[in-house]
Amino acid sequence: MSGFRRLVRAEWTKFRTVRGWVLGLVAAVALTAGLGLQAAAGSHASCGMGAVEVACPAPPVGPGGEAVTDRFFFVHQRLDGDGAITARVASMTGRIRKPDERPGVTNLVPGVVPWAKAGVMVKDGTRQGAAYAAVMVTGGHGVRMQHGFTEDRAGTAASAPVWLRLVRSGDELTGFESPDGRTWAEVGTATLAGLPESVRIGLFVTSPGDLTFSQDVLGGTVAVQRFTEATAAFEQVGVRGAATGGAWSHDDVGVTVGPGGAPHHPGRHVRQGDTFTVTGTGDIAPAGDEGGMRAEQTLTGLLAGLVVVVVVAAGFAAAEYRGGLIRITLAAAPGRGRVLAAKAIVVGTVTFAAGLAAAAVTVPLGVRVLEANGNRVLPVSLLTGARVVVGSAALLALAAVLALALGALLRRGVLAVAVAVAVIVLPYFLATVSVLPLEAARWLLRLTPAAGFAVQQTVMEYPQVAGHYAPVLGYYPLPPWGGLAVLAAYAALALGLAVAALRRRDA
Amino acid sequence: MEATIEVAGLRKRFGEVPALDGMSFTVTPGRVTGFVGPNGAGKSTTMRVVLGLDAADAGTALVGGRPYRSLRTPLAHVGALLDGAAPQPGRTARHHLLWLAHSQGFAGRRVDEVLELAGLAAVARRRAGGFSLGMRQRLGIAAALLGDPPVLMLDEPFNGLDPDGIVWMRGLLRSLAAEGRAVLVSSHLMSELEDTAGHLVVAGRGRVVADTSVADLIEAASGGRVTLRTRARAEAMETLARAGATVAATGRDTLTAGGLAAERVVELLTRDGVPFAEVSAHRATLEEAYMDLTRDAVEFRGAAR
Repeated sequence: MSGFRRLVRAEWTKFRTVRGWVLGLVAAVALTAGLGLQAAAGSHASCGMGAVEVACPAPPVGPGGEAVTDRFFFVHQRLDGDGAITARVASMTGRIRKPDERPGVTNLVPGVVPWAKAGVMVKDGTRQGAAYAAVMVTGGHGVRMQHGFTEDRAGTAASAPVWLRLVRSGDELTGFESPDGRTWAEVGTATLAGLPESVRIGLFVTSPGDLTFSQDVLGGTVAVQRFTEATAAFEQVGVRGAATGGAWSHDDVGVTVGPGGAPHHPGRHVRQGDTFTVTGTGDIAPAGDEGGMRAEQTLTGLLAGLVVVVVVAAGFAAAEYRGGLIRITLAAAPGRGRVLAAKAIVVGTVTFAAGLAAAAVTVPLGVRVLEANGNRVLPVSLLTGARVVVGSAALLALAAVLALALGALLRRGVLAVAVAVAVIVLPYFLATVSVLPLEAARWLLRLTPAAGFAVQQTVMEYPQVAGHYAPVLGYYPLPPWGGLAVLAAYAALALGLAVAALRRRDA
Repeated sequence: MEATIEVAGLRKRFGEVPALDGMSFTVTPGRVTGFVGPNGAGKSTTMRVVLGLDAADAGTALVGGRPYRSLRTPLAHVGALLDGAAPQPGRTARHHLLWLAHSQGFAGRRVDEVLELAGLAAVARRRAGGFSLGMRQRLGIAAALLGDPPVLMLDEPFNGLDPDGIVWMRGLLRSLAAEGRAVLVSSHLMSELEDTAGHLVVAGRGRVVADTSVADLIEAASGGRVTLRTRARAEAMETLARAGATVAATGRDTLTAGGLAAERVVELLTRDGVPFAEVSAHRATLEEAYMDLTRDAVEFRGAAR
């Protein structure tokens, strides 16, 4: 092993004593940070309030710290301590806006989107983002028990009419469903840690936008979301527990108010005895990419940095072949696999360090600049932020090792750079600029080394939220480390081929 | 470690062309062994095979009795100057030697020593790309000496050297051999090795055509030929031919006799009373001997073997 350590040291000496390579690394860091911060500095956002420009309100944040969408119509009353609510959702109807057929005339057609929700809820007040648990019937996905904006558990596939019941016991909430109000089946349990004694309990309806996809002229996929609303009739509503039985209140939670003070797409309700007809629009869900900019968008310059790193790494290998340096190298170290391994360790380590420095500066600073310019940036947990920074460094390092292996394999720097760019940068570019159909873009990011960019993803895909989960919006088909593993596999494969070729060939 | 290079039965083809065709020789310590032969004789290929850079199709190449690839710090065993192995142009001479030193675990101090030894101390911090061919050869020598190796193998070290450099190189090679090292020096010009090499391995068409000391080679190339001037050419030819010489008339009153020493010729002619005016032993130059050998690359073994 000491022999191998000497080899690594020798390759490190080789690397640091060629000025162009060291400057290349510095340039990679500067490009990553410079381009990223420049883009952040040039990105301004403000929200209009009539003629007045105001700072955009911060997006609501859920109990987990993630940005959330929290908009629904809520008919509720106070509950202190344990209690329950039971209701029969007799019907669920709705309206969906379709493209206008006559200019200026809103084209609303009857219909309920699959993830329209109507049900009973316990929530820690009416503030957006406050903790809640709810059992509900949906437009097309049966009965669900949801809480904390991200948690979802399926009940039966029943649709309205269906009976729903939510029972509070301390900070534990249990959802039930029943076809007839007599035989009940548990849907799920949620524990809302720290739920206060006094909460709101009641009925809610909401309906997310109608998402449709079409092909644009360039071949990319375009997603359009149109307004929808849902209306549910609740019958035989019964609430029990301390402090209940008082007057019902209602809130159009999260409604946006126009410049004139009038709410935009307001919800409403009508009460006749214990029958409530509630209409709502919106969603109770994680915000996804619509909640603001993504932290990894500050790393746009990483692509330029990656190209520079690829040039350096390919050159580091190909330089051995320009004047026959490889003969001196192999005379000093006859173990050929070990020579390439030492080179890979050196180039991987230095590019990882460069990438780490670049990303660790660019991401937090870039986010701060974006926010100072009035942009909403989706909050990320410390762990996710660290993963993006470390992962981006690893992405750079693996791309460098791949380029190094190609340089050793092809023995020509220019050729190696061309191939490396063609397999890493080109697929990433094609997949993220909306020129390919969605599925084609997703396959590119599964099968090519560009899959490694998945490590930068900060938004999450949720099966219970219909969304445009496209690479262009920061959604990758593979999980973060899985995507990086694909790139790592390519780098390992190329390195293996390079070692085999080096062993086979005369130097 | 024993300071030897042993090459036995090396064969190698580049496609259809045989580059090595049974190359065998041994380099022993304490003298400079010249490795000569026309371009394409297989000298560089042999050296690359010894260093494990090229794989031979057959045969063995050992350094100090071991295959090169089994050496843990090869530069402490063998110092090599290779043809077609230039340092990277963008790196300084000192840094080139530094990474080599690091690869073997040598101290950085040794780098400065060999720079001094090779006369490169003044340009140590200049990039190798700006070096003349001669300076690059000196850098290659410095690299070869880095590990103070008992075996040195230098491929065309005189290439690109100015007259001063050639004198320096000859002195260096002699002193390295005098220190008890095995020194193998290839050249396609025999004259470069005159006064330097004590032993010669002459290669032609991928094999050894002569493996001999310089003195024996010249002796053999002279072939014991004697030039004789005499008025009685016919009698002289008869006398000498009877004694077993190969006799040829070269002029009206001159002839050459092969296979007999000059003293024996004089003795025979005197005995038979044949008058003669001049007897001279023909002495070949090293260059002539070499030309003789490599003209047709026939198998040849010197008397010393």
